[in-house]
This record gives sequence, structure tokens and C-alpha cells, in this order.
Amino acid sequence: MGKAHAGASRWLRIWMGLLFVFLYLPLVVLVTLSFNDAQRAVTSWRGFTTRWYGEVLQNPEILAALGTTLVVAALATTISVALGILLALGLERHTRSSVLDSAVYIPLLVPDIVLGISLLSFFSLIFVPLGVGSIVIAHSVWGTAFAAAIIRTRLRGFDRSIEEASLDLGVKEISTFFRITLPVILPGIISAALVVFTLSIDEFVIAYFTAGRTVTFPIQVYSMIRFGVTPEINAVATLLIAFSMLLLLAALYLGRSRGVATMAVPDEAAG
Amino acid sequence: MTSQPEERETREARDVPATDVIVVEHAVKTFGAVRALDDVSLAIRENEFFALLGPSGCGKTTLLRCLGGFEQVTSGRLLLDGRDLVGTKPYDRPVNMMFQSYALFPHMRVWDNVAYGLRAERLPADEVRERVEDVLGKVGLASLADRRPNQLSGGQRQRVALARAIVKRPRVLLLDEPLAALDRKLRGEMQIELKRLQHEVGITFVVVTHDQEEALTMADRVAVLNAGRVLQVGTPVELYDRPVNHFVAAFIGKMNFLRGVIASGGISVPPHGLIRARPADLADGSAAWLAIRPEAARLLGPDETPGPEDAMLPGQVEAVAFVGSQLHTHLRLDGGDTTFVVTSNKRDVLPAPSERLRVTWSLNDAQILAG
Repeated sequence: MGKAHAGASRWLRIWMGLLFVFLYLPLVVLVTLSFNDAQRAVTSWRGFTTRWYGEVLQNPEILAALGTTLVVAALATTISVALGILLALGLERHTRSSVLDSAVYIPLLVPDIVLGISLLSFFSLIFVPLGVGSIVIAHSVWGTAFAAAIIRTRLRGFDRSIEEASLDLGVKEISTFFRITLPVILPGIISAALVVFTLSIDEFVIAYFTAGRTVTFPIQVYSMIRFGVTPEINAVATLLIAFSMLLLLAALYLGRSRGVATMAVPDEAAG
Repeated sequence: MTSQPEERETREARDVPATDVIVVEHAVKTFGAVRALDDVSLAIRENEFFALLGPSGCGKTTLLRCLGGFEQVTSGRLLLDGRDLVGTKPYDRPVNMMFQSYALFPHMRVWDNVAYGLRAERLPADEVRERVEDVLGKVGLASLADRRPNQLSGGQRQRVALARAIVKRPRVLLLDEPLAALDRKLRGEMQIELKRLQHEVGITFVVVTHDQEEALTMADRVAVLNAGRVLQVGTPVELYDRPVNHFVAAFIGKMNFLRGVIASGGISVPPHGLIRARPADLADGSAAWLAIRPEAARLLGPDETPGPEDAMLPGQVEAVAFVGSQLHTHLRLDGGDTTFVVTSNKRDVLPAPSERLRVTWSLNDAQILAG
């Protein structure tokens, strides 16, 4: 019996190992090949080099696309989080309508391609010029739904008596929102911002439909890949992985440390 | 317990003439079809420890929240020092509340929690520091000023909540079930502690509780509420000795009840017949209760005869419970299913189960109550 159990647990461990290989081997291959000193070849190892990273950083098209994407992501994140906070508060506190409740999450469930097409027809209907602005709007539609969903989980456990306590102690409604409500839900807001930012950076389908002649980073990669996978693309992808990891670590760190809330309450707010 | 009457006397002597800080006039509060407050009128005096006592849903918390400004009364008036509070916001009233959940700000240190209300008044930093230090000392939390609420025990959190409210020096401090979240032992200690603190800071305390023992221990005066109405307001002694109706009598302490009908000279309780009692303000023939406190009744020895004015009923001992300082004898009265409890602190006669005994009480210790 004990032996059988030990055997089962060994098989489970092997199974888990295989799963991780399945998940991460492609990434390892990609990162490795980004350091491969071969002009075109993809599969054979010709020695270690970092020259592809240098080329990426000197490629004006990639840099421009990256710049556009960062601007889009920053704007879309700001809009999504601001609207998401209001939406989450409104849904959590001022309505019991389950229809409204589910309506908010529809943009998350609609396939990206449908959202892309519908936004494109909508923009041309009301004569919104396609470009950075239209991508920002498109990403905000979908980012707001994400942000609201994430922030709501934080609001659900919120003890509203702390807001009453603040009013009771002589602080009016608006200041109470900034000094009490916002700092307490800040971890939710930060994770919403990080999620929306990350999703916006690598979002391709919606951006492709609403970009017009603007080239975002994923669109740039797509156009490069049509001529085959170059080591340059591997280097770009590796940079992207590193960046996402960094954001993820930041989210974990901020979520854990108690410093988050303090940062949000500037000392002069109270004096 | 023994020092309480004394304490109350000195208090009353000092506070005369007592002025009313809060006056509630015909307050009504409805939530949809529910009348949470149904024509409530009462007055709370300066420097008094006042308790709103009642079962859950009796309206006590609603009244407290109306006084704090978190709810508005549907009709009626709430006066604080003669000024009408109706329509004013919580931050426009010199009243502070200690919440049942304590409602500490989780993202602030103890110090900042306590200083929050003073900074809102834009007091100079020196004064804020002085007053926060002073109040933290009073509640014994000076050494924990840098902790966050989640690093404190329940009792410590309760003290922070208290400190945060009294540091504002309100005219009235409202306390919503302040001790409900504490364990039994700590609750007993904090009852005395709250009373001490109230003396020390000289603020009027209004406490909401469903625990009659807590109300009797802490409060100078108690209002008993049920179903949105005030049934009786009085000192703990008054409530205990002269309850106005069956509900108050049953809610405060332990009481033996005999159901009967008013008759001349007393009350007719089937199957025991007429029991003599002091006349009440009730017409002959109306249904009423005869109420006798367990410690006011006495078990008669086999050779004893009751006094000429005393009532006497026979029964059989059902159970005897020894609770340290007292002996509780449960007597099943003959000819019915009423169990009569007698408490005594004499141990020389220990009744045996199934023993036949007689219970007696003097005329003045029984009370007729409507209901």
C-alpha cells in the first residue's frame, strides 16, 4: 500500500515535470536562439552572440512601434483604471441589477475579432480617424471591463463602516474617498493596471483592425515574421518576456508589501 | 457589585442639577414597511453613562445611527444641547461613534488612526501629538502606536477605536455593541474599564447592547427597547426592582412569572387560587402576571409556617443547582407545569430532588404586571 502510494506520487511528479517542459520548452528554445550567431538559420547552433539585441535596439521601425505601443498601453491603462474604479463602485454599491452586472463583462467574452470588426465599423460610422487614438479607445473598452472585474473583487470584502468612521471623525465624502476608500482598494487598482497594461502591449487583433496606418509592436512583429523567423524577432520576443516577468514580479511585490497603502496617503493630506 | 449604589449616590450628588445633552422627541424611522423606531422619546443627561438595551431588531442600533448622522429619522426631532440635529451630516455633529466592527483604518498605524480626526480639524501638529499621546496613554496603548490594526489583538483594536473617538472630545460618544467581539473574560474587564474611562474623560456615553448584564454593570441609566418602542427608562436598580411590564421584567435579570387574572385583593392564578398582592393599576378581570424574583422567594422548612402577609405555594423539587455563591432550587408547583426558581446563599438546608417543599414570599416582593 505504502509502495503503491510512493509509486503514484513519483508518477505524478514525472507528469508535472512533463507539463512544465511542455509549457516552458518553447520559451527556452526561443530565448536560446535569440543568442544564436547565425544569419538566417533557426535550428542549428552557431555560437553565442548578443548582436541581435544590438540590431533590435538600432532598428528604427521596431523602436517606433515599441514607442507607439507603450503610449497606447499607458493611455488605455489610465482610462481603463479610472473608468473601472467608478464602474466597480457603481456596480458594487448602487445597483442590484444582475443584467447590468453581466453586461459589463461582455467585452471580455466577445471574441477579439468580433470586437475589432465592430469597433472598426463604429469608428468609420462616426468618422473617428484611425490611429493611436482609436486604438486607445478600443483597448479601453476592453480594459475597463477587466479593470472593473478585478477592482470589484477587492470591493467585495470592503467594510463600509470605515468610510462612516471617516465621516464621523470630521472628513467629508470626497476626502474620505481619497484618504480611505482609494488607499484600501489600491492593491486591486495596481493589479488591474498591471493586467490591462500587459494585455494592451501584446494585443494584436483589435489593434490590427483599428490601427489604420499606425504600427504597434505586435503588428510590427507580425509584418517581420512574414519573411521568416529571424534571430532578431527572437531577441525582441525575449525582451518582451523579460519585461512581462518584471511587471509580474512588481505586481507580486506590491501586492505583498504593506507599503502600498502608505504610499497612497500623502502626509500633507492629513495636515 | 456592592460598591455600585454608593457610587451612584455620589454621582447624582455631583451632577445635580443634571442637564439634558440629548433629547429625542417622537422619533420615527421606517425602512419600507418596517418601523425601526416607533415614536421614541427620551432624554440623555450630561455626563451620564446611558445604555440602549434590547433584543436584536428592537431599534437600538437604528437610534444610535440616527444620533450619529448615518441615518435620518423619518419624523420627529433629535436635539443636541437644544440644537436640532435632523439633516446634519456626521461630520457636522459634535458626536463620535465607536463602531461594532471598530472600523479601524487598515492602512494606517495606530497613531495615524487616532490622529485622523484631529488632523481633519486642522489642529496644529503639536496639539495633535499632545492629544494623541495623552489618549493613547489613557487607554494603555502608548507602546503600540506604530502597529497596524492587523497586528493587534481584539481587545487592543477595541481600545484604538475608543481612543480614536474620545480624542475628538465629543459632547457625546456613541458606542455600538462595544464589547460584543471580545471573549467573555475580557468583556468583564472592559466593562469596568469603560466605566472608569467615562469618569476620567467626563464625556456622555451612549452604549447600545443586547446584554442586560452589561447594561446593568456599566450604565447609570438604561432605556429598554422592544419593537421600536421605549418600554422603560431608569437606573439599573429601578429596572430590576420596578419593571413596568412583563417584557422588561423578563429581560432584566431572572424572574418567576405566574399567569392570572386580577381579582380584588390580589390576583387569581389557576390552579392555586387567589394570591394576595399589592394592588396594581389594572381593572378586575384583566389578564396579568405575578412576578417574583428568585432571590426574593424563600423555601419553607417542614416545621415553619408562613407569615400572615406572605404567599405560599407547595411543590416538588425538580433540580438543585449549586453555582458557587448561590444555590438554585427549581420547584415544580403543584397542579400545573410552572417551575419556580428560588435562589439562596444558605447551604444549611440542601433540598433533595423530589423532596416536597413550600415556597413563600412576602407581599411586598411580588409585583403585578400587565400583559
